[in-house]
Amino acid sequence: MSTVVDDTHHDEHHDHKPYGITRWLFTTNHKDIGSLYLWFSFIMFFIGGAMAMVIRAELFQPGLQLVEPNFFNQMTTVHGLIMVFGAVMPAFTGLANWMIPMMIGAPDMALPRMNNWSFWILPFGFAVMLSSLFMEGGGPNFGWTFYAPLSTTYSNDSTAFFVFAIHILGISSIMGAINVIVTITNMRAPGMSYMKMPLFVWTWLITAFLLIAVMPVLAGAVTMVLTDKYFGTSFFDAAGGGDPVMFQHIFWFFGHPEVYIMILPSFGIISAIIPAFTRKRLFGYASMVYATASIAILSFLVWAHHMFTTGMPVFAELFFMYCTMLIAVPTGVKIFNWVATMWRGAMTFEAPMLFALAFVILFTIGGFSGLMLAITPVDFQYHDTYFVVAHFHYVLVTGAVFSIMAAAYYWLPKWTGYMYDETLAKLHFWTSLISVNVLFFPMHFAGLAGMPRRIPDYAVQFADVNQIASIGGFAFGLSQLIFLWLVIKCTRGGEKAAAKPWEGAEGLEWTVPSPAPYHTFEKPPKVE
Amino acid sequence: MKMKPLLALMALFGFSAQAQNRLNLTEGVTDVSNRVYDLHMTIFYICCVIGVIVFGLMFISMIRHRKSKGREPAKFHESVKVEIAWTIIPFLILVGMAIPATSTLIAMEDTSDADVTVQVTGSQWKWHYEYFEHEVEFFSRLATQQEQIQNKFEKSENYLLEVDNPLVVPTGKKVRFLVTSDDVIHSWWVPDFAVKKDANPGFINEAWTRIEEPGIYRGQCAELCGKDHGFMPIVVIAKEPAEYQQWIEETEAEQIAAKEREQELLDMEMSMDDLMAMGEKIYNSTCAACHQANGQGIPGTFPALAGEGVSVDPDQRQQHIDIVVNGVQGTAMQAFGQQLSMQELAAVITYERNAWGNDTGETVQAADINELMNQ
Repeated sequence: MSTVVDDTHHDEHHDHKPYGITRWLFTTNHKDIGSLYLWFSFIMFFIGGAMAMVIRAELFQPGLQLVEPNFFNQMTTVHGLIMVFGAVMPAFTGLANWMIPMMIGAPDMALPRMNNWSFWILPFGFAVMLSSLFMEGGGPNFGWTFYAPLSTTYSNDSTAFFVFAIHILGISSIMGAINVIVTITNMRAPGMSYMKMPLFVWTWLITAFLLIAVMPVLAGAVTMVLTDKYFGTSFFDAAGGGDPVMFQHIFWFFGHPEVYIMILPSFGIISAIIPAFTRKRLFGYASMVYATASIAILSFLVWAHHMFTTGMPVFAELFFMYCTMLIAVPTGVKIFNWVATMWRGAMTFEAPMLFALAFVILFTIGGFSGLMLAITPVDFQYHDTYFVVAHFHYVLVTGAVFSIMAAAYYWLPKWTGYMYDETLAKLHFWTSLISVNVLFFPMHFAGLAGMPRRIPDYAVQFADVNQIASIGGFAFGLSQLIFLWLVIKCTRGGEKAAAKPWEGAEGLEWTVPSPAPYHTFEKPPKVE
Repeated sequence: MKMKPLLALMALFGFSAQAQNRLNLTEGVTDVSNRVYDLHMTIFYICCVIGVIVFGLMFISMIRHRKSKGREPAKFHESVKVEIAWTIIPFLILVGMAIPATSTLIAMEDTSDADVTVQVTGSQWKWHYEYFEHEVEFFSRLATQQEQIQNKFEKSENYLLEVDNPLVVPTGKKVRFLVTSDDVIHSWWVPDFAVKKDANPGFINEAWTRIEEPGIYRGQCAELCGKDHGFMPIVVIAKEPAEYQQWIEETEAEQIAAKEREQELLDMEMSMDDLMAMGEKIYNSTCAACHQANGQGIPGTFPALAGEGVSVDPDQRQQHIDIVVNGVQGTAMQAFGQQLSMQELAAVITYERNAWGNDTGETVQAADINELMNQ
């Protein structure tokens, strides 16, 4: 450490960083890597979104118009994989990279070289996955859940590409998670005790533990798929003594914590934004921390609620139903705390707050349908219908994605040094809010009326709802171009942002200038 | 004139009743499906009440507690009492919800004392039904024409929800389904019975229903099972017990007679033209989903039959028959020996060996199939 001390003073004044492509290829700076992650996830969001447009275009009318069923299945599969592993998770890792060191008063992430590596393997992972779409027989077409034996004995030749792509993404996530844990446990500024950390840091710490616990399980699942398909093992083949349902147990043991990996950081973001624009402290900080931890622990006990129809003993069905219902309690606590924070505050409604408020309402709607899905006897009717599609898009799009957008608006001034265009932002918000509901709300009805998910063509009675949903889908897709334009505009200039552009914002990140210098907190700040 | 408002009201109710069927879960036609519907509506109303309270408070706050109205923010940021209350109360609501859910679930999973048992076997992309009490079994495939799917013909009323051979069951009797699969995982779902069970290859799941009203009930495969997942519907006809008894006995007699007739026909030679005509029909309904109507297959997924492989090689005629009859282990190629009659098998193999310019000029007869099956 002693050799580093010499540099500390002048670095703060001259941001000497390499220029050109090498700056980005070899960077170990948490802000640069954060930006790389965020731009990468933004690009992936548009690629995955383009696939969603293909899906909605095919479903605009009954009958097959644009694509073959086999290609349709590739679109639903790759859309899911990209949105989960390419858009939402890297966006959160990008936010963690940018914000966690600045929020805890650390100069950088604890393991900067690993940080570089964990980002730079991502583009290769997705190149491997996307390239399989152009191979003979096409890309993965067995759903993002890749249930065996559809993904083993009956899958196309490119399955090995899918398996290796997932391995790469998994390695990247695990390295990112290790970095977050080491940074938070070792690099907090003096006085920054655990119960003083911003909730975004807390939720990410818990998320990182979830990632380390379950990504190896996913790696195991894809490896077994690989050996079942290419090396003659029978993990999931009854003819060789295996069990296809075991695949689902393994997959969902990863999969359920995974959905919380995609929502816990959102809780942290919302818990920062609502107090800032309410000008009032967050209600029930401690209970927020405990609720997050409870949700994380419960997430390991509910995986089989994705598999009620696979044929389980009644006892197991009851156990998983009760545990799943229990998750509503800590989640409810969070919602109530946010409402109590707003109560008797002094609110203003800038773009971050608008997205945060929309998050609270729409995520709660997704939570309600989640509670309905938890009730096993009724789940038999909902399972694998559009009701489920509506449910997880409410929690993932109007939940996770809206929170990421809220975070982007909230911290863009800190990242770029310029205020974003508030008029464009409001336009983006209102078009997104309306279109996303036109897109996903009718799907509840399609599901209840009996439309299965993952079908390229449907019975005529579902025509109206699908047409409405498709129109909403196209509008939502177009609305995101406003966001792209706004972000590009904000990086190029605009009204200069103050160090603390939001009146009620709290936290160490607002004590440094905007844009944040290349190196921050080389001397740890004092936390009272 | 006085009738007008009344008519309007009736029209409104008529519309909303119709709309409800299209937008909400079905109540179904069994005791279990009614209980499931009631549970669904109960939990839905509970969510609505909670939603109104939470969103109501949020909107009051958003309207009244604004900076633009000159509000000073309050200072409070915790209250143990309130926090305990909003932990305990939701918990109690959940307990209240779990009690009826538990009893319904236990009733749904009690498959004992069945009157009729049907084995349901899914395969890419059709269902097979086999009655335990009678010698009756048959395949059930999508009956909608390809031209409707390709938008060349107008779509019929039951587009994608119609099959060639529907399952027939009696009303008022406990019907047990043993659900399994020959290849990938499928899921047998009829919303009106509130029955959805996965068909897992190598394992057997149980489900049951007791249908109150005679009628035609439609469902679909609910688990992604490959390319034509969207095209394997389920149709169940529920008949009065007497009518059902008549149907099952007639069908049983027909199927036994058909088997005997097949044995008699073994010695009969069919002409090339007859074989080709019959083969084309079978090919399009059974083989074209994978190998495509033009025999080109789907590169990388399903092999081509036109111009390459066993179907053009005169030395591999026997192997060709073997593949069609016994399938290929570890691939999507099913054993069609159990699905088609010997005559149909002979016809479809002949067709494959002579269509799309394959022109081997060879015929395959039912006797060839019989020989291979009895080896």
